[in-house]
Amino acid sequence: MPTLVEAKNLKKYFKTGGGMLHAVDDISFRLDEGKTLGVVGESGCGKTTLGRTIIHLLDPTDGQVFFEGKDITKPTSKELLALREKMQIIFQDPYSSLNPRMSVSESITEPLILQGKLDKQGIRAEVRQLMDTVGIAARFENSYPHELDGGRRQRIGIARALALKPKFIVCDEPVSALDVSIQAQIINLMLDLQEERGLAYMFVTHDLSVVKYISNDILVMYLGQMVEKAPSDELFKNPLHPYTRALLSAIPVPDIHNRKKRIIMQGEITSPINPKPGCRFMARCQHASEECHAPQLQKEASANHFVACCKYQQI
Amino acid sequence: MSDNLLEIRELTVEYHTDEAVVHAVNGVNLTVKRGETIGLVGETGAGKTTIARSILRILQTPPAKFCGGEILYNGQNIMALSEREMRKIRGNKIAMIFQDPMTALNPIEKVGFQIAEAIKLHNKITKPEAERRACDMLETVGIPMERYNEYPHQFSGGMKQRVVIAMALACNPELLLADEPTTALDVTIQAQVLEMMQSLREKFGASVVMITHDLGVVADSCDSVAVIYAGEIAEYGSAEHIFDYPAHPYTIGLFNSLPKLDSTERRLKPIKGLMPDPMNLPRGCKFRDRCQNAGDKCAERTPDVVEVSPGHLVKCVLAGRGDA
Repeated sequence: MPTLVEAKNLKKYFKTGGGMLHAVDDISFRLDEGKTLGVVGESGCGKTTLGRTIIHLLDPTDGQVFFEGKDITKPTSKELLALREKMQIIFQDPYSSLNPRMSVSESITEPLILQGKLDKQGIRAEVRQLMDTVGIAARFENSYPHELDGGRRQRIGIARALALKPKFIVCDEPVSALDVSIQAQIINLMLDLQEERGLAYMFVTHDLSVVKYISNDILVMYLGQMVEKAPSDELFKNPLHPYTRALLSAIPVPDIHNRKKRIIMQGEITSPINPKPGCRFMARCQHASEECHAPQLQKEASANHFVACCKYQQI
Repeated sequence: MSDNLLEIRELTVEYHTDEAVVHAVNGVNLTVKRGETIGLVGETGAGKTTIARSILRILQTPPAKFCGGEILYNGQNIMALSEREMRKIRGNKIAMIFQDPMTALNPIEKVGFQIAEAIKLHNKITKPEAERRACDMLETVGIPMERYNEYPHQFSGGMKQRVVIAMALACNPELLLADEPTTALDVTIQAQVLEMMQSLREKFGASVVMITHDLGVVADSCDSVAVIYAGEIAEYGSAEHIFDYPAHPYTIGLFNSLPKLDSTERRLKPIKGLMPDPMNLPRGCKFRDRCQNAGDKCAERTPDVVEVSPGHLVKCVLAGRGDA
């Protein structure tokens, strides 16, 4: 499969009163067509900012983004318009991401009108088709978001993202706001769509059991940096970074006979404003020592398994 | 003194709005033993929070309306108490941890003061003594007492939830109602808070009603489980028995719809459809529209509660027949 999206040393800093906030700090990855990259981390680690920077909702501070082999780091407005058709986003909160004054069909129609390729009848047919694809019955055509439950709203969000037939969708916590039984419906829908249309997903989430299920590769972020990246199974079988280990051990597993020993981390995420050059996880890490004060380099521990910890072989 | 700290019998709560009547809780029976942690599991709108708020009598009436049943706390019917008597129990004997620590604290009061306030209200002690005990509580939940004079906005989410827990435990309650105490927190912080609640429970010996939608949290911390669906208890029993032998189709569906960490299957098995509208509940079994095994009998009347094994109750006509 050819590479669809590539990020090289991508950085996104925000200026704040206290200094520079390093939301995304030197992140590189490749995503092939039809594959899924999971991005996990805790609130404030920069995973949403990463997703938004990739599809150019935010301008990167430094680094490069490639799409279909073309550098799209600084697109002209015309190029950007063309890119928008191919890269879409599904937002976290189906309650606030839809315009409350637009009916279901109006919401899905909007991107098609802006694209301007179809005539009125064509658009109407396309909207019907899209509603059918994402599993919203035609009778909801004229309903408004407040009349629908979270699952149906998220289906509209998906239909909007699909409308222009993109190749790549950033999914920013698309199921976090939903109940488990509904969550499973939406995840299955997204998997079906991926198979039918060859979509590539960047799946941003804090829910590790969901991400394992849906991703080919997983990228673990901590305070703006990539601490580990590996194929999904490999990461769960053989986590190398102390943060990844703690994160995996913290997932509550619905298994009553296997109450596992959790690695309880001391403290909480420190501030991403003007971080020091060394390992950012150091303050919470039980293995921290003198050498962790130096910048941590990405090392390839095994094929496609990258880790940014100088002590990974010893712990 | 009986073993049962709290007994809920046939609790029925409705919300009366201009347009319709919302049947939030429909004849719930529940027993909390001393020292026990019971998990109330269910989806949004199932009635979990309404049950907890009924126990504390902090539902706003109207629109809420108690339509029947009783809540016995230490054998005493809470529903029959005067507001004055209730105030002595609330926050003292029965305390609540709210879901969202961001809104549960008063933003313009110092956190230490907010804990001391609860202590002073329920105990005949001096202000410095209350302050000293508030400091102790902060330390107990792992916050240095130097932060006594800080405001909620100076704390992170996990720290705020610790403050809320410190407030709830300040008067050494017998019963703790924890309404999704870790839902708003990150997994690593959730692990810290659950671990802390576990050790505090051992230390203080309180009973806990843990409201959650996360079966992982239940497996981790509960002795028994009540699965709530559309305001009814669908299944009730020891956590171990329910996890090993789930009998209600809804419980089974919940387990199946979870992504398993060790699974290799390419698709999840969701429960089809949606929870019925509590303004317009179907006749018979509330789950039958979504149930794969539903038959004619399920539509006739509300299923009886069947005891499939000692202490394991299931509200399903097919339960105990081996084909549910």
